[in-house]
Amino acid sequence: MEYILIIISAIFVNNVVLSQFLGVCPFLGVSNKVQTALGMAGAVTFVIVLATMVTYIIHTYVLVPLHIEFMQTITFILVIASLVQMVEIILKKISQPLYQALGIFLPLITTNCAVLGVSILVIKKNLSLMMGITYGAATAIGFGLALVLLAGIREQLELADIPKGMQGVPILLITAGILAMAFMGFTGLV
Amino acid sequence: MNQLKNFTKGLLKENPILVLVLGMCPTLATTSSALNGLGMGLATTFVLLGSNVFISLLKNVIPDKVRIPAFIVIIATFVTIVDLMMQAYVPSLYSTLGIFIPLIVVNCIVLGRAEAFASKNTVLSSAVDGIGMGIGFTLALGVLGAIRELLGNGSILGHKFINGDGIILFILAPGAFIALGYLMAVINKIKKV
Repeated sequence: MEYILIIISAIFVNNVVLSQFLGVCPFLGVSNKVQTALGMAGAVTFVIVLATMVTYIIHTYVLVPLHIEFMQTITFILVIASLVQMVEIILKKISQPLYQALGIFLPLITTNCAVLGVSILVIKKNLSLMMGITYGAATAIGFGLALVLLAGIREQLELADIPKGMQGVPILLITAGILAMAFMGFTGLV
Repeated sequence: MNQLKNFTKGLLKENPILVLVLGMCPTLATTSSALNGLGMGLATTFVLLGSNVFISLLKNVIPDKVRIPAFIVIIATFVTIVDLMMQAYVPSLYSTLGIFIPLIVVNCIVLGRAEAFASKNTVLSSAVDGIGMGIGFTLALGVLGAIRELLGNGSILGHKFINGDGIILFILAPGAFIALGYLMAVINKIKKV
């Protein structure tokens, strides 16, 4: 039951992009086509789950026993950066089609604040390892959902007649705002 | 003259948020009031200044192949300094900004300036560039924070201007996107004239 609550809360109620503002850059950057959005969502899910697992283990078994929790930021960002590199190398070796699908998005993920954000939030919220992984996966699905929704709207938006000053990022932000308003409807669900 | 140009380009012409569209996450998340926006801006300015100076100093020592990880370590060091300082001296602001203080590490502006400017220029130019960009970032955050606070709460920096509650939506998440969208549209319009 607790797991279901975590999942629903992370996907809908506290959507990572639309209500917590993590990962807005890729949200605006790679949402021009549904196809690319799906690729990015897949890559982010993969990395978030791995990163949550590794950072949790490092935090609990290295940082806490040594009393150097203040090193959290430095350690986590290094772990994530090297993890992303490693995933890229491994994928290239073992699964060419998966690499083709996710490869180009991987370097971008290091600076996706959702990854570091989720790792830190899991520690802050005192979740257990299993719950942390569930939370990470659900957050990533929430990210994917928002990304695909925006990409779908953007494909339609290309046909619309937009005033000159509003073209590009401004109209995108306002669209995202309306999307966020819709997601506010889930408030109080959990 | 050149230094002045380095300084002013961050304010409007190459404003990191309003023109380059970098660092959107803290921009949207921490501008629920003018004070929060300014606090976040100043914290980022400090990190920008510190990392720009250090990277510029070390640019001949760091091998080209591992420069990005090296930059990230330097940036993360300054973020940790800010994190601990804010926790000690401004605990209330620290708890409002919360997770977005450690997340300065992944703010594209900081790494972007390190890569594009500090790794190629002198220490003084890099310091000036860092301060200019930081102030540009702080200004944008402050303005957006003030707009949202005024619309959502009828006040700026805690001073009440309009009686009543205001449009609460602008304090909440959707208001951040919408307010920034219109602010950018206005900037676009001004730039073209």
